[in-house]
Amino acid sequence: MAIQTTRETYYEAIINQGYTRRDFMKFATFMAAYLGLENSAIGQIAEALEKTPRVPVIWEHYQECTCCSESFIRSDHPIVADIILDKVSLDYTETLMAAAGEQAEAAKHETMKKYHGEYILCVEGSVPLGADGVYCCIAGRTAIDQLKEAAEGAKAIIAWGSCASNGCVQSAKPNPTEATPIHKIIKDKPIIRVPGCPPIGEVMAGVIVHVLAFGKLPELDSMNRPKAFYSKRVHDSCYRRAYYDAGLFVESFDDPNAKKGYCLYKVGCKGPMTYNACGVIKWNNGVSYPIQSGHGCFGCSEDNFWDNGPIYERLTNIPGFGIEANADKIGKAAAGALAVGLGVHAVATALSKRKEMRRRQRAGEVNLQDLDD
Amino acid sequence: MGTKLYKRVYVWEVPVRLFHWLNATAIVVLAATGLFIGDPLALMSQNEAYETFLMGKVRFVHFAAGYILLVVFILRIYWGFVGNRYAQWKNFLPFGKKKAKRIKHFIKHDVLPLPSNEERYYEELSVGHNPVASTIYIIFFFMLFVMILTGFGLYSQNAGWWLPKMFSWVPPLFGGDFGTRLVHHVTMWLILLFVLVHIYMAVYHDVVEARGEISSMVSGFKFVRWERFKSFRKKANKIKEILDEPVEEELMN
Repeated sequence: MAIQTTRETYYEAIINQGYTRRDFMKFATFMAAYLGLENSAIGQIAEALEKTPRVPVIWEHYQECTCCSESFIRSDHPIVADIILDKVSLDYTETLMAAAGEQAEAAKHETMKKYHGEYILCVEGSVPLGADGVYCCIAGRTAIDQLKEAAEGAKAIIAWGSCASNGCVQSAKPNPTEATPIHKIIKDKPIIRVPGCPPIGEVMAGVIVHVLAFGKLPELDSMNRPKAFYSKRVHDSCYRRAYYDAGLFVESFDDPNAKKGYCLYKVGCKGPMTYNACGVIKWNNGVSYPIQSGHGCFGCSEDNFWDNGPIYERLTNIPGFGIEANADKIGKAAAGALAVGLGVHAVATALSKRKEMRRRQRAGEVNLQDLDD
Repeated sequence: MGTKLYKRVYVWEVPVRLFHWLNATAIVVLAATGLFIGDPLALMSQNEAYETFLMGKVRFVHFAAGYILLVVFILRIYWGFVGNRYAQWKNFLPFGKKKAKRIKHFIKHDVLPLPSNEERYYEELSVGHNPVASTIYIIFFFMLFVMILTGFGLYSQNAGWWLPKMFSWVPPLFGGDFGTRLVHHVTMWLILLFVLVHIYMAVYHDVVEARGEISSMVSGFKFVRWERFKSFRKKANKIKEILDEPVEEELMN
């Protein structure tokens, strides 16, 4: 491993940044806790960061609002931002790098060439495929072009946020730019999807530290989301869950139930269908999260959440039936129409088959006379 | 005219009836609790959360009924291989000349409310399911399958047991829990529409044919016109033979 001698390790970089070893150990402990690992993992993380040479990161921005980056640089521990976003690892990111224009592009290509097959590609934003991809161009080239080039030599890809992993708002119907998530474009690289609008900063930190420190992907679920953060519904870690089980619900946002902090299920909380760690890690350094501030979860980390019905209603719209139609309304209307149809059929049958029915009736009466009982 | 002779035939075996009624009960319970879970009542309770467990209980009943549905579903699949001719799977596929004739018969005499000649009507009357009904049952069976997949798929994430966990691949198919729940909900309504037609047709056949359609699903027996039996046809043929014998020739000898 010739590279190891030429490149500094994370530990060296962190110490060179002016942190103490104590800060470093605290950071390792934070990370182990986020990842849901046991105590022995703290040492493993520390050791990995001490020995592993830094892995270059290229962070691409396509169709997005940069809320993922915003969330990330506000994650709990300052080293997180330093280790990734400062000059330590990040070789290219439009938002935060000092270089601009051709200089920036040159830096990126330098990294891509030098660390071919080694660097981590982080993607923030979806990629428009409509009109040959002209809806998003960087340095005069389309996003799809840029992505394919950057993905080619990447060791792994992290799809940050709902844009990169699900398409998010810009892919909502009718999706004019054909905004497409990364995994539908790049098929031959390991991709970690970290959905959320934005994802929780600590979650992003946990994922990237895991990849950088251990050199492999964290354990993923069937949708390629890290299990440590996306294996539970928001509903299952909700502190209001007891009210749900009791059947005590907020009926409207201004009723006494809302004041008492009852479950927000009936005012459209999508917690029961949303996989995320909001109820556990929370936001803004663990201060609060939507449900805690009295607003239902609207499922920002779920696929297609924007088209999946109204935010403040329980029932889901059926695609193709217009904005007002939900499953129950259509069901009731269909059942009503069917019942009327069956009623008409019954009456028509009684009329058309009256002759034979009458004959049977008479025969039955005659038989009754004949009966020895 | 006069009254016809009927013979009692054992059509629905015990597992078929057991499937029918357990399945019916499960569907009613699942639909009622499912609608409640989808849109719970507004409880104006002054109780604290630890004092009540309404939603929890309703959900428990829903999940328990779901397991019953699954078990009888599997039972019915098995019985389709070992049961009598009316329980067999091949009975449910609308192929063949005989079935085509009966489908035509069903549409002519039952779907279109036309006056029917009783003699002709009974000639082509199905003893078990008529082919139109059995085709719909296959679709209904598929709907049950969808309900089991989506239901246990939604349940699997919280389950600790391997059986429901086996369904964890389902929600990603529908793009997560949102889509899965929608399919679950819409399919419930399709099943309820089926139930409506099913009950109507059972009453219809009972009234129009008067051969114990509804009670057959309790007792297992149906009444079938004597003319439809092999033994009758044999006897009828014998009589015909006797009548066709060249009597005059004999006399001449």
